[in-house]
Amino acid sequence: MSDVLAVVDHRRGQLRDISFELISAGADLAADLGGSLHVAVISGDVEKFATELDREGVDTVYTVAHGEEFNHDVYVQAIEALFDELAPTAILMPNSVNGLDYAPAVANRLSLPLVTDAIGISYNETLSVAREMYGSKVETTVDVATEPFAVTIRGAEWPQAKGNGSAPVEPFEVSIDESAVRSTVTGFEEVGGGDVDITDADILVSVGRGIEDEENIELIEELAAALGATLSSSRPIVDNGWLPKNRQVGQSGKVVTPDIYLAVGISGAVQHVAGMKGSDTIIAINTDPNAPIFDIADYGIVGDLFDVVPVLIDEFSS
Amino acid sequence: MMKVLVTVKEVAEVEEDFVLDGTRIDDRFLEYDLNEWDDYAIETAVQLAEAGDDVEVVSATIGPERCEETIRMALAKGVDRGIRVWDDTLASVDLLDVNAKTEIFNAIIAEEEPDLILTGVQAHDDSFGATGVSVADAAGYEWAAVVNALDLDADAGVAHVRRELEGGVEELTDVELPAVLTIQTGINEPRYASLRGIRMAQRKEIAQQTLDDLGLDEGAVESQITLTDMYEPESESDVELFEGDADAAAASLASVLREKGVGAQ
Ligand SMILES: Cc1cc2nc3c(=O)[nH]c(=O)nc-3n(C[C@H](O)[C@H](O)[C@H](O)COP(=O)(O)OP(=O)(O)OC[C@H]3O[C@@H](n4cnc5c(N)ncnc54)[C@H](O)[C@@H]3O)c2cc1C
Ligand SMILES: Nc1ncnc2c1ncn2[C@@H]1O[C@H](COP(=O)(O)O)[C@@H](O)[C@H]1O
Repeated sequence: MSDVLAVVDHRRGQLRDISFELISAGADLAADLGGSLHVAVISGDVEKFATELDREGVDTVYTVAHGEEFNHDVYVQAIEALFDELAPTAILMPNSVNGLDYAPAVANRLSLPLVTDAIGISYNETLSVAREMYGSKVETTVDVATEPFAVTIRGAEWPQAKGNGSAPVEPFEVSIDESAVRSTVTGFEEVGGGDVDITDADILVSVGRGIEDEENIELIEELAAALGATLSSSRPIVDNGWLPKNRQVGQSGKVVTPDIYLAVGISGAVQHVAGMKGSDTIIAINTDPNAPIFDIADYGIVGDLFDVVPVLIDEFSS
Repeated sequence: MMKVLVTVKEVAEVEEDFVLDGTRIDDRFLEYDLNEWDDYAIETAVQLAEAGDDVEVVSATIGPERCEETIRMALAKGVDRGIRVWDDTLASVDLLDVNAKTEIFNAIIAEEEPDLILTGVQAHDDSFGATGVSVADAAGYEWAAVVNALDLDADAGVAHVRRELEGGVEELTDVELPAVLTIQTGINEPRYASLRGIRMAQRKEIAQQTLDDLGLDEGAVESQITLTDMYEPESESDVELFEGDADAAAASLASVLREKGVGAQ
């Protein structure tokens, strides 16, 4: 009882960073609960993964060997079996794309309250979780009245667990009901290739939905040219077909770390920020003083891009 | 005959200037609109209906009367009929959590028996990112989350989908029907409602349902999760804002850029 079960994330032979963040979050929560941290790794080269997962704070690593890649039906069954065996108070899962694909099913299957996309977790008699709402404009605290519970955590909010642990590795046998596995992964494909590599650029001028119309993109192209910068964008610009996929910065696009990142009409949604927060200098131009992009920007102008950008172009063209 | 159910949420967007009132934001500072992800889900469904012989598209929402406008928008874009669930019990719930929504949609699914259910990946306002997959598990449907391409083979009972993973990688997956797909933006180009569509939508049915109508009691939507605080996030950086009119602010920015070597060649 009062234990934490953390389920890690991997893809194509590699543990993903969030796995080690789950260990940090899980170790803190286990300490608050006065229980142990069990880490579960499901599918893939579980023995190799188990060695890497044995970091400080981990009490046991459970391995479920079944297939190579992620399959949500397998994950749900495996976690269900682990839950029956370990009776944890908390199940921690990643708010990754794969987490989105199985965590809600786990919570439903086990009738657990579910809080997703946590950016802070504390436990003092009851669980309190910090999470955002309204496109990161406000933060909230939610309390969970009953135990056990399920929580998914946002990436890059907790540090990655370090050091070496001495956790035993327990191979965990689950007889997967194959008739309940009704989806099959048939392959992977890399998208967003092509002639431009925005990850190479020293200066990026990035355009977002604030630009309003396809024909206005030209204005930002002009700015990029004047600054000797490369043009990139947020997702809606690519979704609309105004720029090709290889220009998209963010979680599902590219992760960029230029010297200067100039965000024009971009709100700074978490999935966008995931792709650019490592930039040296971040500059934002946005009409909304509460836009979350200003929380991570070094410099900013609260103003209309259609007023500011032409002046900037002039400054650098003359 | 194939039936597609699309869940459609009216979401609130906070205006540029707003004040917090306890754990909520007053209606004065909120603008309501169709959830962006659901717009793509509607388009996916309507395209299936246009491509197939006998496809019915039904949309369902949980929300107050104000949401009728949003549902009408879906009807104007080609959805055949709507269902809206609301009553006093729901109105009194502070935070309608994923379990509660799952109970409600599951009751609708039991009634409608759709072959395919489309939801958005997430709702822009409370962003649980969880409703579709939770509903799938409760209804005993198969599912796929974060779908950005769909090739439906209804005869073979399979949806060939792409799931958009992180870092520009897509996963190709075959999903057995019936299934729930959570739809990602960019999967298609959502249409604008035409004038004719808007006119036709006036004549389409939006069935009002209460929890009672769905055979659910209060307990079904009683949440274990309560919102206890709401606050503005702390800034992680000390942003230096360039003040003044556009000319002055742009000039200040230009000099910082020059200091950093921009335009020096
Ligand atoms: C699974 C998943 C993956 C995702 N992956 C990505 C990703 O890789 N990359 C990505 O970017 N997003 C991604 N998103 C989408 C993300 O959640 C946001 O929807 C998106 O980043 C918003 O883009 P935006 O800032 O351009 O638009 P908005 O959020 O609409 O912001 C537009 C901004 O422009 C400002 N503005 C409006 N007019 C003006 C003006 N005249 N002058 C100046 N400013 C103005 C507004 O104040 C607003 O802040 C993903 C979402 C999900 C669920
Ligand atoms: N109140 C609601 N009414 C209709 N659909 C909803 C509602 N809440 C969530 N959904 C659907 O579930 C998706 C994901 O929402 P969420 O899990 O809340 O982020 C949304 O895109 C909608 O399709």
